[in-house]
Amino acid sequence: MLQRIYDWVDERLDITPLWRDIADHEVPEHVNPAHHFSAFVYCFGGLTFFIVVIQILSGMFLTMYYVPDIVNAWESVYYLQNEVAFGVIVRGMHHWGASLVIVMMFLHTLRVFFQGAYKKPRELNWVVGVLIFFVMLGLGFTGYLLPWDMKALFATKVGLQIAVTIPVIGEMAKTLLAGGEIIGAQTLARFFAIHVFFLPGALLALMGAHFIMIRKQGISGPL
Amino acid sequence: MHRGKGMKFVGDSRVPAQKKPNIPKDYSEYPGKTEAFWPNFLLKEWMVGAVFLIGYLLLTIAHPSPLERVADPTDATYTPLPDWYFLFLYQLLKYKYAAGDYTLIGTMIIPGIAFGSLLLAPWLDPGPERRPSKRPIAVGMMLLAVISTIFLTWESVVTHDWEKQAKQGEIVEANVDKDAEGYQIYSGQSCIGCHGDSLQGATGPSLLETEKSAEEIMGIAKNGIPPAMPANAFEGSDEELQKLAQFIVETAEANK
Repeated sequence: MLQRIYDWVDERLDITPLWRDIADHEVPEHVNPAHHFSAFVYCFGGLTFFIVVIQILSGMFLTMYYVPDIVNAWESVYYLQNEVAFGVIVRGMHHWGASLVIVMMFLHTLRVFFQGAYKKPRELNWVVGVLIFFVMLGLGFTGYLLPWDMKALFATKVGLQIAVTIPVIGEMAKTLLAGGEIIGAQTLARFFAIHVFFLPGALLALMGAHFIMIRKQGISGPL
Repeated sequence: MHRGKGMKFVGDSRVPAQKKPNIPKDYSEYPGKTEAFWPNFLLKEWMVGAVFLIGYLLLTIAHPSPLERVADPTDATYTPLPDWYFLFLYQLLKYKYAAGDYTLIGTMIIPGIAFGSLLLAPWLDPGPERRPSKRPIAVGMMLLAVISTIFLTWESVVTHDWEKQAKQGEIVEANVDKDAEGYQIYSGQSCIGCHGDSLQGATGPSLLETEKSAEEIMGIAKNGIPPAMPANAFEGSDEELQKLAQFIVETAEANK
């Protein structure tokens, strides 16, 4: 039955090449931890992706309760944390996932760097990967403000003070991020929009490019 | 792409009617055996993912994510702290040649060089050699950057006052009867400005932990504690002062 549905779609849309690129390919021995335990270093990229998926899912559930305005933001997080069933788990996964994804991405970057896997012909994929790294740091910075507690507010103040010291673009960047002179209602709304729409959009586009390039080129060979 | 006269398509679409065989990428020149990604290798990846997920969930359950008290922009005594993965940048700005007149070095030049060269690594290290031992400069620079980042993070962690950090952000759930007559006097006088709307303290100390007697509190309200608390802060009648002091003592008692 499944096969017939597949064939019906495949006849019309020719999805087999797509399927082959996603799943029907071979994994060389030197990246397979079942053959060489040291190949576990190749897991870091996959685990980074795994946590990103968890971050997107848990973030979607968080927005069901979170209210991005300065009067209700903290109250909504407090309610989520203490009253909502499994709220503490969902928020906990998003909180710890944010740290774990940085750790995994850092390890993945080091693996690629020390193996020299960024060299020709994979330069572009390395650049996209570093851009993903920057987007992740941006997600961490903007997400930190959203609970609107003491550490959130003051860390953001310091962060924007640092941004202002950069000549020419510093002042503009601060105005763009803070939405005005003070770190207040407008800032929270902007950080929410950046954290939930702008940066995830950029992240998905970059990850798409990252994966397409991997499939196109295949994984780098053994050292 | 195959094209030309005589091609058969599905209906009037451009999808070819004749399927071409799928040939997976050829890894035959790599040493050892390859394994099919689907489903063999994916199953193993799932197992690694499941073990990882268990650890992740245990961490989540063992350490609920922190939430400090609601943001109060007027609290000038709060010492800010970014999330841990920004600590190295934060610590860098504490050094003499990366702060003050040299701020630009700490905020732009050093991070700019570090992250810029990370981005441009393929062109800074363009040789064909991949083994770390064959490209000592690139590997050395990266090791230096990693060690510096770890060192700066470590320095930031050991020099930070974590006890104060935990205390300054604590959510104080004070049991304060805001309908009491004493609270009306408390909020009507200037006390509330420094000691907070729940007696939890702000620029002034918390009154919730006071062990002073009503007489002592009356004396302080009249004479102050130099230099922080001014004298004659209380401007009501003696009867009100009595009630205020009684209210503070009772509230402190209730919050023990």
